[in-house]
Amino acid sequence: MATKVFMEALSPTMEEGRLVKWHKQEGDAVKAGETLAEVETDKAVMDLIARADGVLQQVAVTEGQTVPVGNVVAVIAAPGETVGASVASGPPPTPAPSGGGMRDARGGMRDAGSGMRDAGGVGPAPGDVTRVKASPLAKRMAREAGVDLKVVTGSGPGGRVVKRDLEASASRALAPAAAPAVVESHPASPIPHPAPSGAPYEDVPLAQIRKTIAKRLVTSLGPIPHFFLTSEVDMERAAEARDALNRQLGDRGKVSFNDIIVKATALALTKHRACNAWFQEDHIRYWNEVHLGMAVAVEDGLITPVIRNADLKPLLEIGHEAKQLADKARSRRLQPSEYTGSTFSVSNLGMFDIDQFTAVINPPEAGILAVGTITPKPVVVDGQVVPRRRLRLTMSCDHRVIDGATGAAFLSTLKGMLENPLAMLL
Amino acid sequence: MPTLTYRDALNQALREEMQRDANVFLMGEEVGVYQGAYKVSRGLLEEFGPMRVVDTPIAELGFAGIGVGAAMAGLRPVIEFMTWNFAVLALDQIVNSAAKLLYESGGQFPIPIVFRGPNGAALQLGAQHSQAWEGWLSHIPGLKVVAPATPADAKGLLKSAIRDNNPVIVLEGEMLYNTKGEVPEGEYVVPIGRADVKRAGRDVTLICHSKTVAVALKAAEQLAEQERVSAEVVDLRSLRPLDEAAITASVAKTNRAVVIEEGWPHCGIGAQVVDVIQREAFDHLDAPVLRVTQADVPMPYNKQLERLAKPSPDKVVAAARRVLYLD
Repeated sequence: MATKVFMEALSPTMEEGRLVKWHKQEGDAVKAGETLAEVETDKAVMDLIARADGVLQQVAVTEGQTVPVGNVVAVIAAPGETVGASVASGPPPTPAPSGGGMRDARGGMRDAGSGMRDAGGVGPAPGDVTRVKASPLAKRMAREAGVDLKVVTGSGPGGRVVKRDLEASASRALAPAAAPAVVESHPASPIPHPAPSGAPYEDVPLAQIRKTIAKRLVTSLGPIPHFFLTSEVDMERAAEARDALNRQLGDRGKVSFNDIIVKATALALTKHRACNAWFQEDHIRYWNEVHLGMAVAVEDGLITPVIRNADLKPLLEIGHEAKQLADKARSRRLQPSEYTGSTFSVSNLGMFDIDQFTAVINPPEAGILAVGTITPKPVVVDGQVVPRRRLRLTMSCDHRVIDGATGAAFLSTLKGMLENPLAMLL
Repeated sequence: MPTLTYRDALNQALREEMQRDANVFLMGEEVGVYQGAYKVSRGLLEEFGPMRVVDTPIAELGFAGIGVGAAMAGLRPVIEFMTWNFAVLALDQIVNSAAKLLYESGGQFPIPIVFRGPNGAALQLGAQHSQAWEGWLSHIPGLKVVAPATPADAKGLLKSAIRDNNPVIVLEGEMLYNTKGEVPEGEYVVPIGRADVKRAGRDVTLICHSKTVAVALKAAEQLAEQERVSAEVVDLRSLRPLDEAAITASVAKTNRAVVIEEGWPHCGIGAQVVDVIQREAFDHLDAPVLRVTQADVPMPYNKQLERLAKPSPDKVVAAARRVLYLD
């Protein structure tokens, strides 16, 4: 029997995927588990895996094309079997499995939090998936927009998909695209004028990752009541310790300030569980392990890969892992298991010479630490003005979870560890 | 533009058409000396004399038949029924003679006749005198049926009806005769078969005619105030032929409809309108079309029960909420 190949949900928030490259061509023999194609999700480029043995036929999606999750992209015919004409009928797999064989338990936990809710009304409709109930208008709108009704949740009686459901899913997909228009600079005019109508500009379609960033961040700064705590940390002793460690390591590796900050942050969190938490709609989840998200800039956007159990890992391992994750992020090869499940995040703009900044919380986490650049400053020590290397840390807190004094206590512990690195051993 | 009552607008149309064409004459119970049971023919006997304003005995079948014969002979009779409840007695002439003679004579005998009178319930007239007949009358090929809701439409449609070479049924309303509205003077004709948007809207179409136009307009006001819903009120005006293009255009815009009528639900005008919508606007529909009708019972005499049996703005609002998925 022929097996349909569906566009699978390869990330927890994926609604559509762009087929980057076919690894198998029509007529090729395929084995279950083999990579059929590469698909760009909202987070990364993932492998679409064959789920049956046979011959690839009826490839319905070309490279570069974007299709909604649940759409049929090809058929795997059993050896010797000829497949009928229609490819685009029949139900999609109900909960599409996370692909690449890398299903991750921790990623799954996000279902309970706001992570999964981002998808809004879009997701496999419950119940009978063989027949979608939709108003005639909704069917026409879906046909014209190329939307698969099976992935739209109906809000009408008995789950009927009606006009407003398609409008809602269209506005989720399209609204960000309408907002930012990149205005080209106008070399002829030395004085900046407000752009007259008809001025040249370029509309750049949103990449999948940019769409996800837009969608996720408006669930952060808007709804989450943020407040910010800034503390200046003396980094002299941390710098001395780092120099000493690196001298000792020689060519066996190098410890960076970032590694020290990640480690100290993770250790401080173990002492302040109140900050290592997720806000859930009707409860707060306090985590007993520390998994630190680390914001990494990538082409088109950013992503936060996770250093798991950062409090337990040696500095060298943290440094090694951070580098590997950042490289993978930049080449869009992160697996969902590598960017989900963080309990707290760190964002470091020190390398961009930023003194201090405020970071946007990565929901459902309750806090994020913004790390500035280490700068020599004149400081009064024992009545003398002396140059010291100083670092500004700013913590963004979700006030629904963390109160001012709670956050301040955490920050104070962290500051103590950085100013006296031996305190990390306490 | 002068403001007239519905009854005076009809009176104006009759007078103007009788002045315009000597073949036009009015016949019915109490139309002459008494000047009409509802005073629609006020002053006509005085102006046009007893040859053209003819009082009849209480014999609906008889004077309807005389009217059909007069039409065969080349006159243009206007037959007034004191109410359409009494016209049931004349249905044989209306259905079997007026509606069929052109067909059965191979096109030799056009029947340019108007049958008019009040239709539907008034207040506490009992089951036998509170009926809406448009479903019956619109069923018949060979008849045209109009049901004006406003004084201007009453004048314009009655003039069109008198000038039409086919039998035309004009459904008036006892509760409409005293309503007022601006009516254009002189030559003002509303073509048969053309609906009218009485209130423009975006979200839901309320399709109505005759007395239910006022019900729909009140419901549209409530929807705007309570639900911020913009309802479009389409007055059919003509029930046969139906303005299918106007119905389709409005539903294509709003994607949902409620059809309101005074008659009973089974085989009512609304059933025909729903047929048009499902056939011509299928791909525009976002919800099943709902109907608001008289309850499927003989009209109760009891005042409260009668009120409950009739279409009301509240019932229309409730139906609109359902097709808008607000419940």
